Amino acid sequence: MGRTLAGKIWDAHVVRSAEGEPDLLYIDLHLLHEVTSPQAFDGLRAASRKVRRPDLTIATEDHNVPTTGITGPGIPAPLYGPGSPFTDPVSRTQVEALRKNCAEFGVRLHPMGDADQGIVHVIGPQLGLTQPGLTIVCGDSHTSTHGALGALAFGIGTSEVEHVLATQTLPQQRPRTMAITVNGALPEGVTAKDLILAIIAKIGTGGGQGYVLEYRGAAIRALSMAGRLTVCNMSIEAGARAGLVAPDDVTFEYLEGRAHAPSGASWEAALDYWRTLPSDADATFDHEVILDAGTLTPYVTWGTNPGQALPLASSVPDPDSFADPAARAAAERALAYMDLKPGMALRDIAVDTVFVGSCTNGRIEDLRAAAAVLRGRHVAPSVRMLVVPGSMAVRAQAEQEGLDAVFTAAGAQWRSAGCSMCLGMNPDKLSAGERSASTSNRNFEGRQGKGGRTHLVSPEVAAATAVTGHLAAPADL
Amino acid sequence: MEPFVTHAGRAVPLRRSNVDTDQIIPAEYLKRVSRAGFGEGLFAAWREDPSFVLNQPQYAGATILVAGTDFGTGSSREHAVWALTDYGFRAVIAPRFGDIFRGNSTKAGLLPVVLPEAAVIALQDAVEADPGTEVVVDLDNRVVLAEAAGIKAPFEIDDYTRWRLMEGLDDIGLTLRHVDDITAFEHSRPSWLPVTA
Repeated sequence: MGRTLAGKIWDAHVVRSAEGEPDLLYIDLHLLHEVTSPQAFDGLRAASRKVRRPDLTIATEDHNVPTTGITGPGIPAPLYGPGSPFTDPVSRTQVEALRKNCAEFGVRLHPMGDADQGIVHVIGPQLGLTQPGLTIVCGDSHTSTHGALGALAFGIGTSEVEHVLATQTLPQQRPRTMAITVNGALPEGVTAKDLILAIIAKIGTGGGQGYVLEYRGAAIRALSMAGRLTVCNMSIEAGARAGLVAPDDVTFEYLEGRAHAPSGASWEAALDYWRTLPSDADATFDHEVILDAGTLTPYVTWGTNPGQALPLASSVPDPDSFADPAARAAAERALAYMDLKPGMALRDIAVDTVFVGSCTNGRIEDLRAAAAVLRGRHVAPSVRMLVVPGSMAVRAQAEQEGLDAVFTAAGAQWRSAGCSMCLGMNPDKLSAGERSASTSNRNFEGRQGKGGRTHLVSPEVAAATAVTGHLAAPADL
Repeated sequence: MEPFVTHAGRAVPLRRSNVDTDQIIPAEYLKRVSRAGFGEGLFAAWREDPSFVLNQPQYAGATILVAGTDFGTGSSREHAVWALTDYGFRAVIAPRFGDIFRGNSTKAGLLPVVLPEAAVIALQDAVEADPGTEVVVDLDNRVVLAEAAGIKAPFEIDDYTRWRLMEGLDDIGLTLRHVDDITAFEHSRPSWLPVTA
């Protein structure tokens, strides 16, 4: 019987398998950041253990870092003194702990200001470290992003981070597989972000639990690597730890020539292997969901979980329209928190803040899309707009293309790389009661700052919303 | 890790679905570099509401949380588990859990118990009617009991995880018993795989 992509990667990484036990899975690449690693390093020290494979481990500073006051790229920012961007000593302590731990245990680190610093899920693919067929983990749920290149990549907790540091393996139960088949073609003006929001709305925030999702079909094959990264990134918002797209020519073209991609004879050997990875024609999935891309339009969220999304052209739903009592109660709570009334047109929702960035939509293609909408236009006076590149390399590329000038001419703020306003751990936050249109991945209560209200959108919708001051698509301008 | 065999205590009904880990412990609390003291951040935003269930005196000292479906979705932050255990919880009962949260719980000595929605609602009803109701989470026999309310709800958990929790075993120690297998595997890896060094 044929095997799935996920099954092939799994089988190739089983170190040990025993009846009644989880498989012991080898991990090819371990990504670290400052938030979920300090307690893991403490655990190693307490047990006098080393990092088994520092050469398969890489760290970056992203969650806590300010996105202003950084001089780079190429000039690492100091923790203390006049050149330090930190205003929060607690954040600084956490970043300092990462620097000390990486120095002590011999782990490569890209600090703030470094030319290769950025959000962990942006720099992995960018450096060519993320490759088809690998197993990749990180103490961050958006590790699913790396599945866009055909790697089995999933988020783990700090105890598991410590386990991987010490052993380069993880005991894991073999996951079930779900095919998400997207037929047809996305209409003009409909993006990968709209597609994944529509998928999550369809299967629900828990629909993917226990599964690895494999995105398939003509609409997925037609996506750029940036689009695939956006789709896989939000697999976790459907409850799935991992999402995958089979490697193809888009993948190979993306990787060729990157710093850590194989070259010469190794490239040919790698290609031969990568071409064996796609799911066999007779492979069976435990579950399949089918969508027609041609029916999709721009999507936005109205509630407080990513499954609470609708086409921009529709209205805030009436909680009474939900048959399931739990969904009804969740909708009631969400509308109260979001301060929205049933029946209100989504296009009438006014925002204070627009955020373009994050591991979901902080790549160069996302910035180009937002800039294309803003060129020759201006951000509404009532709106502040932050544009935060996902990495310093993205920032440098954008500046080379003149995108920074488009953003600043439009009245948006042009920042340094980091997680920024995605998660309220650094100075970029919403205040209580403020409302954003955000290209990030979570609209949870308080996610972008205590009391803040979030509408998840694509970069194109974010830019159009910044211009009009209320939720809008470029076609509305 | 503290072993978990059976636990008897009082329970708190949290009648909300989709309780994501950002609600369990907001990001602002994640800046600490130790594992201690996260209980003060547990449900920090919701606890500002005096009527929130954890603020109700009849549930003070409860050690079992009975929540709606999809508990612990979202962020992988194990701090959510540390917040619950630091606050005093030993078990969380829900119809479904976020995968990463569930895994993190079993690494940190918090027992996630999956029960059918009807059983969860029956437990919530019972502890609302009488907050003093004793709830027993028996991992050994894989059953949740609230005898005073006539509730006996069996649950499933795989043998391996149950054994690890009951013994309070350290996963790393278990894995390192197989270090020769790991080394042998490493010798078989293709030479073109990426390295960060």
